[in-house]
Formats: sequence, C-alpha cells, structure tokens
Amino acid sequence: MQLDVRNVCLTYGDTPILNDTSFTLEPGEHALLLGASGSGKSSLLNIICGLQTPLSGSVSLGGEPVGDAVRKAHMGVIFQTLRLVSALNVRANLMLAQKLANGSPDGAKVDATLDQLGIAHRASARPFELSQGEAQRAAIARALVVSPKLLIADEPTSALDKGNTRIVAKMLIDAARNAGASLLVATHDDRLASHFARTLTLQDGKVT
Amino acid sequence: MISLALAYLRDRPLTTALNVLLLAISVAMLVLLLQFGEQARERLERDAQGIDLVVGAKGSPLQLILSSIFHVDQPTGNIPYESLETLRNNPAIARVVPLALGDNFRGFRIVGTDATFAQSYGLELAEGEQFGGPMQAVIGSKVAEETGAQLGQKFIGNHGFASEESQGHDHAPFETVGILAPSGTVADRLILTSVESVWDVHGIEHDHLEEGHEGHEDHDHDHDRADMPKAAQPQMPSLQPDLTALLVTYRNASAAIRVPAMIDRQTEMQAAVPAIETARLLELLGASLDGIRVFAWMLAATGGLAIFVALLNMARGREGDLALLRVMGASPVQVFATVILEGVITATLGAVLGWIGAHGLIAIARSQFATLADLGLAAWAPVSGEVLLIVAVIAIGAVAALIPAMRVYKIDPARVLARH
Repeated sequence: MQLDVRNVCLTYGDTPILNDTSFTLEPGEHALLLGASGSGKSSLLNIICGLQTPLSGSVSLGGEPVGDAVRKAHMGVIFQTLRLVSALNVRANLMLAQKLANGSPDGAKVDATLDQLGIAHRASARPFELSQGEAQRAAIARALVVSPKLLIADEPTSALDKGNTRIVAKMLIDAARNAGASLLVATHDDRLASHFARTLTLQDGKVT
Repeated sequence: MISLALAYLRDRPLTTALNVLLLAISVAMLVLLLQFGEQARERLERDAQGIDLVVGAKGSPLQLILSSIFHVDQPTGNIPYESLETLRNNPAIARVVPLALGDNFRGFRIVGTDATFAQSYGLELAEGEQFGGPMQAVIGSKVAEETGAQLGQKFIGNHGFASEESQGHDHAPFETVGILAPSGTVADRLILTSVESVWDVHGIEHDHLEEGHEGHEDHDHDHDRADMPKAAQPQMPSLQPDLTALLVTYRNASAAIRVPAMIDRQTEMQAAVPAIETARLLELLGASLDGIRVFAWMLAATGGLAIFVALLNMARGREGDLALLRVMGASPVQVFATVILEGVITATLGAVLGWIGAHGLIAIARSQFATLADLGLAAWAPVSGEVLLIVAVIAIGAVAALIPAMRVYKIDPARVLARH
C-alpha cells in the first residue's frame, strides 16, 4: 500500500513544526526519516498514524485517509519506550494486539513471530523482566503480528549501543521484507542511514 | 477486555486484595444481618401462624408470647382451668389450645395440651400414634433426632426449662408413643403430652378430662410441693389443676376487637396479640441491628472509595499503557470499559467472598451452637434481599470506577506519546 503524505502543516501555538511537508512511500519500500531532536519527527509519525490531526494537508494509505480504522487494520507501530502493556506477558501482548486489530488472536502466528525474532523463550516473561534488546524485539513482534502493510518505528535504537543498533535495524528491515510491508523509521541517529536505500530528512518543517 | 482488566488487577495484588477484603467484610456483615433478621421474622411468623390471641396470667405480654408460642421464656404464671371452657363456649372463638408448661427433657420443653395443638400447627405423625393415655408423649422431630428417643422408650422430665435445672420426676416417667414429622415450626422441638399427665407429674389432683386418661396407677401423686414447676408456683399452696396459657383462634374478624377487651376487663388474665408482640420484638431487634447495619454500609462505602483511589492512581500511572492500547486499535469505549470492569470485578469478588463468608460463618455457628440450629437458622438459604445487596455492592464498584474511567476515556494518545 502506498503511503501518501500531502502538504501537511502543523503548528504548536505560534511555532511552526511541519511546513507543507509531502512525500510518498511505495508499497514494500523501506525509508529512514532522519531529523534532529525536536524537528517534528514524532509529530509527523503521529499524523501518519492518524493519532494527531494536521493543521492542513492530508495523509492516506492505499488511498484511504488515515485514522483509527486504517491504523488498526494496516499499521504496526513501534515506539521508543512504550513497547508492551505492562500487566501482560510477551505472548499475551501479541495476542491482545491481534485481538484488537483483527478481532481474533492467532496463537500459531504469535509463536512463529516470537520464534522469528528469537524471543520465543521469553514468551511468558513480563515486560519488566526483559532486557532492552528483548523488549525491543518484543515490540517489533507485537507490531508485526498483526500483518501490517506499513511498519512504523519511532526512535527504535535510541537506547541501544552501536552493535545492537545495527542488529535492530537489520531486524526491522528483514521483518518488514518478510511481511511484505513498507517500513518508515524515524530517528535522529544518522548511523542508521547506511542500512536504508532511501533517507528522508526532516529539517525546518520540510521533508527533503 | 475482561482478561486485560483481570491482568491489571493481578498486577497490583495487595491493593486488589485489600479492596476485595474491605467489601467482603461489609457484605458479610450485611448478609448476616439480613439472614438473622429475615430468618427470625420467618420463624416468628411461622410459629405464630393461625394463633390470633394468647391468654395467660397477667404480666409482660411479650413474655407471654415468647413462652407460649416460641417456647423461649418463662411463663407469666398460671390461669384457671375453667377459662378453657369459658373461651371454648364463646361463639366468636373457633379454637382454643390449652398449654400446661413447667418441665423439660434434655432442654426440650414438655407441653401439656390436647389434640387441638396438632390441628393448630397442622402436625402429622411420622411414627406411632397420638398421645391419649396417662404419661404418653409424642415427641417432635428435632427431639427424636437429638435425643435418639424411639417409640416405646420411657423418659423422665426435669423441673424447669433448662436441662441442667433441678432434679427429675423419677416417679412419673413418660412413654414415647409417637414421633412427629418435621413441620418447620416450634413443634419440632417440643414434647407433647396431655394436660392431665403434666398435672399428674406434679401431684395435682384433678378430674379426668378425657376418655383414655385411665387413672394414675403408674405413679404416685403424693409429691412434695418443692417439686412444683415454676409456672405452678404462684398457685401454691392450693395445687389447683391450672393451665399456663391458651392459644386462641378467632372464628371471625370482629372477635379481634371483642375478645381481648373482654378478657382484659372481665378476668384476671391478660390477652396478648402475637402479631403485635412479634412486630414489637422485630422492631426492637431491628433497632439494635441498625447501628451495625450503618457501620457495614459505611464499610462498603469505604471499599468503594478505596477502589476509586486505586483506579484513579492507576489512571495516572498507566496512561502510557492506555495510550499504547489506543494505538493498537482499542477504542476509547474499550479503554473506558477496561477500567469500569476493574471496579466491577473487584466489587463482585468482594460481594461473592462476603456472601460465601457469611453463609460459611452461619454454617460453622450452626454446627457449634445447638441453639442456632434449634431456632431453625439455615446456613445456605439465601433471602431475597441478598441479591439486591450484591447488586448494590457491584454498583458501588462501577460508580467508584466511573471518574477514573472518564479520565482514561479522554486520554489523547498523541500527547501521552509525546511525553514518553
């Protein structure tokens, strides 16, 4: 599904954050959204996810304006810190994600996804029992298990060292490729640029 | 959403357990009060059914009712035997049941009466036959169960109404000729015999009142006066063949006005109306239980407040989780429902545990204290108010969760994500 961001503008009070921002992401394409802290990356991702309404402009996925329904049906989102629901173990988190997205959980797919990301042995662990790396893998698994058409990750490597950054970047790209999903990763870490064929730079409210 | 709500409750076990405990204690107290009040009322009404008036010696009308209908207090004194015939000849009266009290067998009261007693309570025999001859007795089902008495067995009555009180009438043993089927009334705990047999036990001379009472060859009438039952003592030293009380059933409604007035004005006896005295007793009982009831409801309100505080803290501390749920596809209503469910589940657990606890306590108390079993206090017989009580407590849980749920309903995931 093609992601189409058209002339998006956003201000916080009198401060412009996004200024006529436009870009497209082709089906299956993997891109890095690079920008300094406070450049508006997270705001742009929120708008793409349909969690925030822009001042003007539009965002569509596969021709449908984004919103709760599109996000639920076609997107998998990974955040920097909000990875899993704290009261549930890893497996239950994945099952819940499927239930909320599709109405019915698929245990076999959950187990296969955990296995694919190498954390099947931590399926019954609670979020606070996981290491940083394990938690990040679990978050990727949660985003993937709903079979998304677009995988979005916000600062997925900010808390990781160089070695783990490389591993997580590769894991995201492989996971998106295996799932046949487009991938958009927002980061301030330019070390990730080498892993992506396309880099979108957000500067002064515009994507170039 | 239910499994998620349960997971959140499990996630803070101490808080959940404390909230459940608070509600369980309050529900248990309220169920106990309901059970006690309702079963006492049912029992009192059942025992007094069909009896419009009790006639006895002057004194406390409540004491007269308690001793003559419920058999739990000392009689007020004795009344002349002739009063039985006087009332039976009154056209406004359908039935008069004579009672002659004074003795017990292992704590079960021996009641001198006639066949009208069985008619009045609708009693049926499980075994044997009705008493007729001298010193013949029919025992209630509870008496048979607890004393193990069987047909043909003889037993000796003791003075007074408590098993350990004074010595027995060794000279005049009773013979069990019948065992009553369980009736759910006070008769289950009574030993019925003829009025003459009670007189004979106490050496009171009398004419033979009924055919079948064939003489006193089985025992000696020449007892010492110290053997007199307490109920008979006011009549000393005359040793008249008296009665303790009369249970009266009217023939028509107008008798309710004329008969008590006639007795109170024209005789030395008093007339007590069971319906009035029972209502007064329940009112006294209710007033003394009101304080406990208010305390129990305050405890339930505290439980609700504790749920409110716990969920409000949760709404603040768990906003990241809730935002994540929204991103994953949960609607605001689903997130709202999760919080409401937490309140409802906590309250339901408290209500159910409290209900089980209260009934368990009754079952334990019933097995430990024979009096409660004798009074017919049933352990697992729910009363109608309990359903309402449980619904009210669950509603407290839902109301307590309402404000925290509204807070999470209004959560803006984008704002929360920006903060994290």
